[in-house]
Amino acid sequence: MIGLQQYLILSAVVFCIGLFGVMTRRNTIGILLGIELMMNAVNINLVAFSRYTAAVSGMIFTVFTICITVTEAALGLAIVILLFRVRRTVMADHLDLLKG
Amino acid sequence: MTEQIAFWPLAIILVGSALAVVLSKNLFHAVLWLALALTGTAGIFLLLDAEFLAAVQLLLYAGGIITIVVFAIVVTERLIGERLTQTNMRIGGAVLVCAVLLGFIVVVLRRHALPAVRPEMPGDLTRLIGQTVLTQYVLPFELLAVLMLAGMLGAIYFARPED
Repeated sequence: MIGLQQYLILSAVVFCIGLFGVMTRRNTIGILLGIELMMNAVNINLVAFSRYTAAVSGMIFTVFTICITVTEAALGLAIVILLFRVRRTVMADHLDLLKG
Repeated sequence: MTEQIAFWPLAIILVGSALAVVLSKNLFHAVLWLALALTGTAGIFLLLDAEFLAAVQLLLYAGGIITIVVFAIVVTERLIGERLTQTNMRIGGAVLVCAVLLGFIVVVLRRHALPAVRPEMPGDLTRLIGQTVLTQYVLPFELLAVLMLAGMLGAIYFARPED
């Protein structure tokens, strides 16, 4: 029997993998991919809770999260392109302008 | 019954492709693996009886995000003239942090009794989502529209041609 616990553990695993990606990638686009994975794990959590408590609000919240993630990805990639235009690099460890 | 057969293969696909997203050396391959991971998530949504969300997931994520990410990679890679390499650093610390976090979450989840049986959903879920969005959650819905408009305007402003 697949219960709520299995879904939550699956989403925790995906979240941690995404976090690992965010921490280890050098490329800014790679970091964005990690963030997408983490958001995805959150969505699984929301839908699973919504289904196992028979409350529809969680699914509506998922619709909102998906839309906000898409906006965030579009803006983030626009920033990456702008950054590339100004600094000629998208490697996060080369972007140390604020370092004292 | 179908849920028990389909859950574990979908979970393996999801976790495997997520690992490939963060570990593959070629960023372009990572995006393609992300597409597989997002499709696997759509399958998980189908198992949770959320057909509408599975469709939204495929359309917006697997369709939209993959396209813009591929576009961004093409733009930044063509100008740079060399393949974007993914040299990882501080892998040990990252593995430690993620393993500790995962262990913590699993221990907490194991301690609490969570429902294993699904209650019956009242009626058609897609219809219910539509009705609730346009009645109870209509204000957040409109705010979301404003947010997306602002986001799109900002993206266009950032990526405008150089003058």
